[in-house]
Amino acid sequence: MPDLGPLWLSLELAAITTAILLVLGTPLAWWLARTRSVLKPAIEALTALPLILPPTVIGFYLLILLNPTSPVGRFWLTLTGDTLTFSFTGLVVASVIYSLPFMVQPLQSAFESVGRAPLEAAASLGASPLDAFFSVAAPLSIRGFLTASILSFAHTIGEFGVVLMVGGSIPGQTRVISIAIFEQVESLQYQDAHILSGMLIAFSFITLLVVYSLNRRFRVHVG
Amino acid sequence: MSDDLLSLQLRSRRGGFDLDIEAEIPLAGITAVFGPSGSGKTSLLRLIAGLDRPDQGRLAMGEAVWVDRARHVFTPAHQRPVGLVFQDARLFSHLSVAGNLDYAQRRAATGPTRFDPETIIEALDLAPLLPRRPASLSGGEAQRVALARALLTQPRLLLLDEPMAGLDHARKAELLPYLDTTLRQLGIPALYVSHSVEEVVRLSDRVLALSRGQCVAMGPVEDVFARLDIEPLERDFEAGSVLAGHLVDQDERLQLSRIDIGGQILELPMPAALQPGDAVRLRIRARDVAIATLKPQAISIRNVLDGRITSITADENSPYADLTLSIGTSPLKARLTRASVEALQLAPGLAVYALVKSASFDRGPG
Repeated sequence: MPDLGPLWLSLELAAITTAILLVLGTPLAWWLARTRSVLKPAIEALTALPLILPPTVIGFYLLILLNPTSPVGRFWLTLTGDTLTFSFTGLVVASVIYSLPFMVQPLQSAFESVGRAPLEAAASLGASPLDAFFSVAAPLSIRGFLTASILSFAHTIGEFGVVLMVGGSIPGQTRVISIAIFEQVESLQYQDAHILSGMLIAFSFITLLVVYSLNRRFRVHVG
Repeated sequence: MSDDLLSLQLRSRRGGFDLDIEAEIPLAGITAVFGPSGSGKTSLLRLIAGLDRPDQGRLAMGEAVWVDRARHVFTPAHQRPVGLVFQDARLFSHLSVAGNLDYAQRRAATGPTRFDPETIIEALDLAPLLPRRPASLSGGEAQRVALARALLTQPRLLLLDEPMAGLDHARKAELLPYLDTTLRQLGIPALYVSHSVEEVVRLSDRVLALSRGQCVAMGPVEDVFARLDIEPLERDFEAGSVLAGHLVDQDERLQLSRIDIGGQILELPMPAALQPGDAVRLRIRARDVAIATLKPQAISIRNVLDGRITSITADENSPYADLTLSIGTSPLKARLTRASVEALQLAPGLAVYALVKSASFDRGPG
């Protein structure tokens, strides 16, 4: 039986990343869905960059940005006494960046399909914009939130290249499941690689199954 | 607050459409905002509700200034004590009917509850609909819920944007009495956007007529609709007069009602539930009025009114002439051919008989 630490670490990383992305990605997606600013296409392109860049490019720049000699890295080191590179915190920062489009794009299209009409109705009933967002736009976009969260979660679990470059493979810190499997295969421990890979397949399938089942149920109420 | 006025001086340009309106609307009873499609009715309502900002101007309800562009004053929609019923109802699909009503109630303006949920649910017959989802409602039912929802915010002014526009005839006939009785019963001032003469005459006390983004007439329904000169501007405006009177009695056997119009009697097919003495309004289209200089005899038309011609307007490019008669104190419009005017030698001041071929019967206010 292989060490299951990397599996738990991956799940923890994905959960934290998804939670942070919900907080950061929602206002960004809301702005993109409603703005008429000339900046919109530029921000959209920037948000989508991680979709097409090779993970090594993102990893390379993150390494430069986060290392202890850079302003950001040095600031973090003096603040917490810890480095951002080759640490769990650094992995979270990297994951938030490379999973950003998986959160923002489904949310943006969900918000766009809600449209202005229900929000105008909410305003006419005395709801402030923030109230209208939580009481009308968010419930009407529930499937968008579900899809965005699952995709961000799954994409974080599946990432390999960026993690390897920014985090390396420190057990309990940065040795997530994709890294562990890679190392097991390299050292010809096929038995362990099989077990971890199989678990990942089963986990992913069950997660997606739950999502799609939920999705069907929500459609009845919200569609 | 009888001195309350909604005073508008609004200018807005949106996608090539100019709206430029100045008006003072008394906040009592129902004011119809009337005009053809594209005349700016909905744009005006959105400006009053606070959903859009005018480019220039001022908007105040009584003492409260909602918009004053010169002084950068703008009260957002959710802070205006205004209830809005959209053309397409816009119920929240993620909530039940009860949830939709509750949504409004929880965000109601603080202060006395003038429209309490039980009264409104009863007046609009909503009890059986409460557990339903908006998607399962008919168009008329959805509009009843939307009206209740708007009222539960305890508004001081109600705005209705063609609430019947998307409904077929049967649904309109079903919704109209609800609108009529509920608005009268609650006594809330309302602006009612419509391009239907029938709805305006049935529901409203005064009319603000719009054409191409401008206010072309404003005043009591009878006066505005008697003004033929707004007709060329209103594509679907059926020129005519609105006469006020009261019911004298009804003949059950012949199914006729006798209406007193300034001392003269008109007979009309009997409408439902009216009591002698009830105020009524009749709409008579100009083309349904014929003129005779001698009292006609042996004729099937029974409604012959004594009158005097006050004016004749004729256009050389048209075969028709428009006449205004005075029937007692009320003006009555008639449309004849110019040939008839010449043949009968009609002229202002001449005493004539007006033959009314048909009149539509609308219950008057209150």
